[in-house]
Amino acid sequence: MRHFLLLVMFTVLVGSAPAAELRGTGDLGVVVQRASGQLLVVEHSNNTRLAEIDGLGDLSHASVVFSRDQRFAYVFGRDGGLTKIDILTGSIVKRVMQSGNSIGGAISQDGKLVAVSNYEPGGVRVFDADTLDLVADIPAEYAAGKFSKTVGLVDAPGNRFVFSLYEGNQIWIADMTDPQRPAIKRFDDIGQAPYDALITSDGRYYIAGLFGEDSLALLDLWHPEQGVRKILKGYARHDEKLPVYKMPHLEGWAMAGDEAFLPAVGQHKVLVMNARTWQQEAEIEVHGQPVFVMARPDGRQVWVNFAFPDNDRVQVIDVASRKIIKTLKPGKAVLHMEFTPRGEHVWLSVRDDNRIEVYDTQSLDKLAELPASKPSGIFFTDRAHKIGL
Amino acid sequence: MTLCALTAPAIADTVTAQRQSQLRNLVHQDCGSCHGMRLSGGLGPALTPAALAGKNHEFLFITISEGRAGTPMPPWKTLLSKPEIDWIVNYLKSPGEKP
Repeated sequence: MRHFLLLVMFTVLVGSAPAAELRGTGDLGVVVQRASGQLLVVEHSNNTRLAEIDGLGDLSHASVVFSRDQRFAYVFGRDGGLTKIDILTGSIVKRVMQSGNSIGGAISQDGKLVAVSNYEPGGVRVFDADTLDLVADIPAEYAAGKFSKTVGLVDAPGNRFVFSLYEGNQIWIADMTDPQRPAIKRFDDIGQAPYDALITSDGRYYIAGLFGEDSLALLDLWHPEQGVRKILKGYARHDEKLPVYKMPHLEGWAMAGDEAFLPAVGQHKVLVMNARTWQQEAEIEVHGQPVFVMARPDGRQVWVNFAFPDNDRVQVIDVASRKIIKTLKPGKAVLHMEFTPRGEHVWLSVRDDNRIEVYDTQSLDKLAELPASKPSGIFFTDRAHKIGL
Repeated sequence: MTLCALTAPAIADTVTAQRQSQLRNLVHQDCGSCHGMRLSGGLGPALTPAALAGKNHEFLFITISEGRAGTPMPPWKTLLSKPEIDWIVNYLKSPGEKP
């Protein structure tokens, strides 16, 4: 009987094996094609497109996190859509409309929960990563009857989510130890209009950028009892502030050794900050207002793209000398950059020229171009194993 | 009807068809980074005809031209001409399907 069962199982396994060869997902990724509501599945060993997935709704400002097995991508759309994609089969597993207007999401440390940051209704909703069933709803009620847009949602060690309240000027920590009953810890008056945030790659520091003032709000998650403190106060004090045509992003900000490189709001500058003392050490003049300031995984280079109308360029900063070593002009509207896991290549999305460009980060030569329809975010699966991504 | 016939060529004279196409792209892609690609709102408010129903042309013109102090809305007057801003206001307020 036992042998018979094994035989049956063997037959079933062999019989159902797909025609295609087995493959891993460690060199896969997805690209958001925002205008057409599509996701492109790509692989970065040979720089090719593998599949195109339709029906994802409004993907302006869409972002993606990955399951810990790196097979599934969770896509957060602007229209409140949360979609689970199987990147191996190139198909939608499940899609729910979870709010009217959302801005991004995160996956929990244990990989079991997916949280979405919502503008309307303001708050965070938490879903089961398998089924996308609602597990918890966390309205961002910062004062009686007043709800805030939420931004800068990240995962943190201890199965926690951390996020900021744009109108509420608060940071909240949601401890998901009991997923149905999140334990919320609130920090009030953290500064004017937090617009985005990041968590350091060790999961210790949560830092929110403030639109309404020249500083950042820092929360040490090892010592939440110490509260939030302001860092880089008055960093733009001696400069005329320029109009901001695109809000900078803090996710993926550059930590290189003991130094953090970050975009200055409303200035043509990248700020260099000591990541032990949180004091500014230098500022680097760049081509325009920086949007993404991202370190190559080894920390030796920092790549910068820019806000409209300077968004046709990308600059490369050598970290050791803090000098710009190259100004690239990939094309109209470079929206995002993503390094391969060990950083030998970087992919750029060139929205208005409808293509992706791949560069060698050592020679700074262009290696490949891939067609894509209004590409924005590029997300590789190695994010699955990084805190805060 | 008569009004449309009069104003449409006037706008076309100052904002070429090619420029209109660029402005349409700007509205959806660049304004869209805060207001949503479909203009249904984001960090900034919705800019759909319904959302703008109670707001007159001049108010919207000044908002685009000068920005809104105390909010992230920047002034666009150094990047856009007056006829271009007029065109954008008309485009935002016009009903119907937008790309």
